[in-house]
Amino acid sequence: MKHKIGVYICHCGGNISDYVDVKRVAEEMAKIEGVEISVDTIFACADSSQKQIANDIKEKGIDGIVVASCSPKLHYPTFSSVAEHAGLNKYNYVHANIREQCSWAHSDNKPKATEKAIQIVKAAIARVKESEALETIEVDSQKIIAVIGAGVAGMRAADELADLGIKVYLIEREFFVGGRIAQLDYLCSTTETGKELVTRLYEKIMDNPNITLFTGAEVIEKKGSIGNFNLKVKITPRYIKNKCKKDELLKAIEVCPVEVLDEFNFGITKRKAIYKNFPSEYPQIPTIDSKNCTRCGECEKVCSSIDFSQKEEVLDLSVGSILVATGFDPYTPKENEFGWGIDNVVTLPQFRRIINMCDDKLVYNGKKIKHIAYIYCVGSRQVDGENKYCSRYCCTATLYTSILTKNKYKDVQSYHFTRGIRTYGKQEIVYDKSSRQGDIFLQSYEDEPPMIEQKKGKTIVKINDILTNKMELEVEADLVVLVTGIEPRKDTNISEVLKIPKGRDKFYNEIHMKLRPVETVIDGVTIAGACQGPKNIMESMNSALSAAAKSYSIVNKGKLNLPPIIAVVNKETCTWCNKCLDACPYDAISKISENGKDIAFVNESVCKGCGMCLPVCESDSLELLGYTNHEIENMIKALVD
Amino acid sequence: MTVVNQNLPKILVFSTEKISDPAIDMAGLLKLHYPPKVYTIVVPCSSAIKPKWILKAFEDGFDGVFIAADGTDCPYGESCVEKTSALVQNTQDKMKTKGIEPAKLRMAAICSVCSEAFVKQMKTFTEYLVNQQ
Repeated sequence: MKHKIGVYICHCGGNISDYVDVKRVAEEMAKIEGVEISVDTIFACADSSQKQIANDIKEKGIDGIVVASCSPKLHYPTFSSVAEHAGLNKYNYVHANIREQCSWAHSDNKPKATEKAIQIVKAAIARVKESEALETIEVDSQKIIAVIGAGVAGMRAADELADLGIKVYLIEREFFVGGRIAQLDYLCSTTETGKELVTRLYEKIMDNPNITLFTGAEVIEKKGSIGNFNLKVKITPRYIKNKCKKDELLKAIEVCPVEVLDEFNFGITKRKAIYKNFPSEYPQIPTIDSKNCTRCGECEKVCSSIDFSQKEEVLDLSVGSILVATGFDPYTPKENEFGWGIDNVVTLPQFRRIINMCDDKLVYNGKKIKHIAYIYCVGSRQVDGENKYCSRYCCTATLYTSILTKNKYKDVQSYHFTRGIRTYGKQEIVYDKSSRQGDIFLQSYEDEPPMIEQKKGKTIVKINDILTNKMELEVEADLVVLVTGIEPRKDTNISEVLKIPKGRDKFYNEIHMKLRPVETVIDGVTIAGACQGPKNIMESMNSALSAAAKSYSIVNKGKLNLPPIIAVVNKETCTWCNKCLDACPYDAISKISENGKDIAFVNESVCKGCGMCLPVCESDSLELLGYTNHEIENMIKALVD
Repeated sequence: MTVVNQNLPKILVFSTEKISDPAIDMAGLLKLHYPPKVYTIVVPCSSAIKPKWILKAFEDGFDGVFIAADGTDCPYGESCVEKTSALVQNTQDKMKTKGIEPAKLRMAAICSVCSEAFVKQMKTFTEYLVNQQ
């Protein structure tokens, strides 16, 4: 029983104290028997507060700690290590969640939020009073990491991990690597293309024996937990032999009678059912798109490499950590949104493919393009729509595209209909350059966006321009380019399998935006790149390397220290009825004889601490450390008192 | 919902560390409000809840107990589903013999992103318990 307890109530800036009267909570706790110190603190996680807690332990002989702050997912590790470093057993620390489960959940009801916070902290005190000193248990961890998504972020992370000596399974759903970046030509502000960047990364990963790349591969099941995940990965065949004859394959593509919209070119061209997106694409073998292939057999007649006997496979992979880098989808405008549906209105990704395909003259739909109107923030910073966020990359990408267009075709004039340009950092140079080349900038507020009209076969963009004191201006555009932003992937299969929480913007959510930016609440699963939110390539690389470092730190020792939460048997009361044996999913329980009596025995290194044996024991002879009857029952009483 | 704060029933939620507790956290993050007399105790797995704890909660003054179960997402395996159902059944039988309405113990699977489902459960359960008062 602890009798010198330290209680710290966090304001979390105002995140808690705006809704919960933290001073009152601290005063109430001070009245409880056994509480030695009860104070409020602006940020309990701040260095000075941590030092204060450590000093209290050392100087005042505090024997149990409660910090009432954010979710334990965020700062349990922080405060338990403060306790440990100050010489207290870390299991004599109890975390009370009064932010996510109190101040934020009841921000509509301040008096009740304060009452609830009082009960929550009381229960934490009741629990710490009963807490026992426990030692962590060491388990083996697989020294293998699954990287999901072979875009630039996934490939960079895989490369780094493999260099550190970790085996990597790089799992790509598509048949080719490179993700969205493979679709890009010149990248701002260099003359290196997206394809070249992808090729460099691909060559590095292929060179590294630690990396196994799976294409056409989809994770369909996840089991297990940190250190020991078991993944089922479905591999869809390419229907083409590994050692193929290039000339024959080119013929096969030529004779294929099926034509579908080419997603790689954002639907502005068509491709065959047997295809490759561009000649230097990796892996170099084409694929047959089984959804659209009619099995007419034309390709087989001209090509010996076609193999329809290839079968779908399901692989079982064991890994210690999972790094998710599944990227984004570009926003697709709604019907009639800024003229979407008119034949000379395209999106920025489409326009970049058009520039790639037009060599000396800029022509679209058979018409020469001279005047280009760019409409910014389509699908981003929406007032009525769901996408409230800025997509970060598009201002820079558009201005750079405008510069490239001017350089390539000379006689084009660009008009930028913006809501304020956001070329942050070094990218400001691009803004300056486009201004100097004679681009014209017009601006509107969010409540009065530009309008697109068709008059006598001409496309007119109208704006009440705030840069010229709301003068009504119009531009006759040969082509309207909608600067569409970044959206979360529409295919949510992987998020359903891994169950990674998403934020308000529907992108994957990190544990803490600033302090733990690549970890998720699913222990052992990290996130990188644009699946977490809009990022440019450099920002994606930063997060890929940081997620790689985090995943590495989980698996590199081959051992993990896990909480000593295991079941223990009360030898006095156990009468061996074998119900616990049946309930245990890990075969951790066996029968032993002690002093002439049969009793249950729990193997510590096998027990995972699920507690499934607890409710089935009729004599109540099993307890889970950290969740004992005393602890739980005292918490229940404190919550309702 | 037209429930007066003063008479709000007290609900004890057993959540699970890796699955349903993150969903309850996210409900807060998204500011999805639910009745403020909902209190949570976190356990590793929903099939680790002892019937005696639930009975104790009613004895001490809780009006309802909700098990935010792992469902098929349980990191300890799918047998969690049938085991959690079994302990609910077992507890409800015990509640009957003690004269406690078995419907005051509810269970639903709350996945790690099922914040809205959780909030809905808390609102409907509160309403049900108010009508019982």
